[in-house]
Amino acid sequence: MPDAPPPSAPSLPALFGGWFAAKGWQPHAHQLDMLAAAAAGRNALLIAPTGGGKTLAGFLPSLIELAERPREGLHTLYISPLKALAVDIRRNVEVPVAELRLPIRIETRTGDTPQVRRERQRRRPPHMLMTTPESLSLILSYPDVPQMVGGLRCIIVDELHALAGTKRGDLLSLALARLQTLVPKARRVGLSATVAHPAELLAWLSRRGRADAGDVALVEGRAGARAEVEILETRERLPWAGHMALHALDEVMARIKGAGTTLVFVNTRAQAELVFQGLWRINEDNLPIALHHGSLSVEQRRKVEAAMAAGKLRAVVATSSLDLGIDWAAVDLVVQVGAPKGVSRLVQRIGRANHRLDQPSRALLVPANRFEVLECRAAADGVREMTLDGAPSPPGGLDVLAQHILGMACAAPFTADDLYAEVTSAAPYAGLARSDFDDVLAFVATGGYALAAYDRYHRLARSDAGTYELANKGFAQRYRMNVGTIVESTMVKVQLRGGRRLGEVEEYFVNGLLPGDTFMFAGELLTFVGLKETTAVCTRGGLGEPKVPVYGGGRLPLSTHLADRVRAMLADPSLWPLLPAAVQEWLRLQRWRSVLPRADRLLVETFPRGGKWFLVAYTFAGRNAHQTLGMLLTRRLERAGVQPLGFVATDYVIAAWSLGEPTDMDGLFDEDMLGDDLEAWMAESSLLRRTFRNVAVIAGLIERRHPGQEKSGKQVTVNSDLIYDVLRRHEPGHVLLRATRNDAARGLTDIGRLADLLARVRGRIDHRRLDRVSPLAVPILLEVGREQVYGSAMDALLEEAEALIREAMPELVDQDPAQPGLPL
Amino acid sequence: MSLRPPGGYLARMSESSGHRFHLNGAELVAEPDGCLWWPARGLLAVADLHLEKGSAGAVRGQLLPPYDSRETLLRLARTVGRLRPRRIVCLGDSFHDLGGASRLGEEERAALHALMAGCHWVWVLGNHDPAPPRGLAGEVVPEWVEGALCFRHEAAACPPRQVAGGEVSGHYHPKITLPGRHGSVRGRCFARAGNRLILPAYGAYAGGLDVFSPPLARLLGRSAEVYVLAGQRVLAVRTDAVRRLAGLDAARALP
Repeated sequence: MPDAPPPSAPSLPALFGGWFAAKGWQPHAHQLDMLAAAAAGRNALLIAPTGGGKTLAGFLPSLIELAERPREGLHTLYISPLKALAVDIRRNVEVPVAELRLPIRIETRTGDTPQVRRERQRRRPPHMLMTTPESLSLILSYPDVPQMVGGLRCIIVDELHALAGTKRGDLLSLALARLQTLVPKARRVGLSATVAHPAELLAWLSRRGRADAGDVALVEGRAGARAEVEILETRERLPWAGHMALHALDEVMARIKGAGTTLVFVNTRAQAELVFQGLWRINEDNLPIALHHGSLSVEQRRKVEAAMAAGKLRAVVATSSLDLGIDWAAVDLVVQVGAPKGVSRLVQRIGRANHRLDQPSRALLVPANRFEVLECRAAADGVREMTLDGAPSPPGGLDVLAQHILGMACAAPFTADDLYAEVTSAAPYAGLARSDFDDVLAFVATGGYALAAYDRYHRLARSDAGTYELANKGFAQRYRMNVGTIVESTMVKVQLRGGRRLGEVEEYFVNGLLPGDTFMFAGELLTFVGLKETTAVCTRGGLGEPKVPVYGGGRLPLSTHLADRVRAMLADPSLWPLLPAAVQEWLRLQRWRSVLPRADRLLVETFPRGGKWFLVAYTFAGRNAHQTLGMLLTRRLERAGVQPLGFVATDYVIAAWSLGEPTDMDGLFDEDMLGDDLEAWMAESSLLRRTFRNVAVIAGLIERRHPGQEKSGKQVTVNSDLIYDVLRRHEPGHVLLRATRNDAARGLTDIGRLADLLARVRGRIDHRRLDRVSPLAVPILLEVGREQVYGSAMDALLEEAEALIREAMPELVDQDPAQPGLPL
Repeated sequence: MSLRPPGGYLARMSESSGHRFHLNGAELVAEPDGCLWWPARGLLAVADLHLEKGSAGAVRGQLLPPYDSRETLLRLARTVGRLRPRRIVCLGDSFHDLGGASRLGEEERAALHALMAGCHWVWVLGNHDPAPPRGLAGEVVPEWVEGALCFRHEAAACPPRQVAGGEVSGHYHPKITLPGRHGSVRGRCFARAGNRLILPAYGAYAGGLDVFSPPLARLLGRSAEVYVLAGQRVLAVRTDAVRRLAGLDAARALP
């Protein structure tokens, strides 16, 4: 089944050749190419689909080297984004080591590794160490790290595509830069799924942080058989709106019955709970169907993964928690319920099925509404043509740099010049200005405030020779307790009364529960008993309509590439025959009643309805950019004197409604809205507050954990919103606020994408003034009043809370006659 | 930095947009910034300033922005300038720790002196500052009794109906979350049950404790009023209604 090596490729040493032969294998070409790169001492990037023996290709050179020249000490460091993956990969690599009786000791080191073993690993490291980015940063913060890593020869970064461009990737890139200083001879090896822009990953792996440095060999595995992607043509009525796709569960169940093992991917944890419940309601044959998402307890998730690996399950309903991980050869169908959001993500998910290169993976897409039909069609086309999403990676986060600098100070004194040179050898920081570096360093040392109040209370001390070192040894312990870039929102544990822990939900959701309320979690109906410190105590079962936890920030926006494809499809009726009849009818009606959005223009419709004017813009810029646009558009409408009342946004469309009729579209969508209006809104926005919290935690301004916390249970941290308010008022130019604005611009507010949109449609707005709602506008109007907007709480929504209170409980209004003007 | 209260006729004329209510017969105003104003006595009460909380963290290596004291004092100066109180009662935890007063920056110290110069200043002792602030004037008392009201740091450990006279305290930093369809709105608040009134924390870095958390719930009983600080205004709601509303809101979250 694997192809024969090209004649020029090196061959396996006899020992390994025999082992391959005994297994009935032949080495893949890319496995031999990786051997060649290793022999030449070159860094290497291996891009290959799942199922191509990628992991073995990464480890083979190290296995051969250690087999031929046995030695002590750390030889190979393997870094995975997932703890569980590190454990599984160790198990996989143990197989040839055991079967060939190689003198190689392999261990894992993650947050779960006991302190005693971690100590021993530092004194007497194994030959191969499987770890995570966070654990690697911890290792590098110990003064004795040079001894531990002195003999290192190879660093393997797995699932590189999932790390590069993220803050975890930034942290890891800085760690690699330090390893480079400590052991210049160590080679870097990256393993990645297929990506749109390999050059970015080449730069990431390069010792000089540049794709054209020429120090990384690119090895590409053979592409697997094309995936067979089918879009469910439901027999049910195709919904106009909503994202749950519950209408199609009967049909999904039928597919599960017809397949060996099915992975059912959904987009949010709430959807996972609902789909899981829905499937069990109609699971007459009691098929073993499990649930997997990021809020479930680790033990629960590991149990599901083990059952899956053992072939005991027929289906797992999962969120992105299963996007990465060990290969399960047994999966033969992947179902994506709801919009795929991006081609790359869909390819990754489909790749979880049937890891045999010569057989196509099978996937079924289940759109939840009409726009999602278009998106699914566009995504299926994207998979067929292998056009992947690829936004260029943002520059490395300054907050991550701050954390790294403190870690480096824990290990050894440094000079600013040396550390700057080291940091800028990492690709995400290759363009880092010296002034930004100095600001971050000043923040780590003294807070970096213009008011030099803390000269007495610094974290780093500067010696006469100009080196920086930790001012107090105790700070190292606190750094180590807070390392990492993953910032969770405040979570509350969910526990059965007198029983086990099921997982965690956001504090916000629990605050809305009353004792006796029921809710769905971990696939079970639970009754809330009460909150005990930070644990929501529950019992099984209960009565009444259950609530479903809402999780913030879980939804990815539609990728730019996929949005382009959807726009192109809408604009080209020759592509419509591929769509379900109901959708074709819908689009034809739209063409008749209004006009279709054109790929290179922006369609805006206005129409009166229920005493209000609606403005619907088909912007296709993704939900985050649309939220920002909505806030800015509302200000514009206000200024135009049409008295805006609200807006709602999806991934595709934004709708705003007002008392007066909006007319001047060119003025409303003018690019200059990204100036003062944006500044004014950003300053107050809760999105910025949330972003600031993450930045402050990662940069070490706020500590998640501190020594003695478990004992006292006391919160010593200061609420980040309070810090944000004070800092913004007194030092708006502080480096952490700059970092916050940078992050927000590419994250929750997605200003970059909004700017692209406004620039693209300038002078190209098609305004249709209609006498009533158009067919294409129906879905967005159905979202009015049901949309959950994450986090925009304080953004002028006090009124909303008041109105709600007044609506729900008029008796609340204070009766004091002296105060007729009370806001309630 | 000028913390001198803006004086003059206009300042005195400006309308308070606070919430007016009665406590044990005394007519009081819950100000939007979290102060309690007693017009008949010209008394302004303020709780939990937690001055120099930022530098208290810095001593331990947590380098928070060093602007919290100036922010707190600026805010207080604005209110003092508007209301011109004859007496200011600080309800304890005025400094975050015992060393706080000596860590005050020069400008902040001058600003505090300026505030104190215009009126009779009372420091009620709190658990964070159990001794008088070093180097500062003002009368230091364990509690302050005036007319029908007693001002203390921590509410008496009894249900609200057993409170004798009117009780005004701080210590608990009450806050509340008002659910809304687009997410919740969280704010500091006054909490009031019967003759008991608990003030919100005033300090820029003082966090909050939810009024439904057990320690506050015990002091407030089943149904309390809260006066929520909401920008320029104060919203008055009842806790039992907010509880109901919270349940109602979660139900709306169902897709």
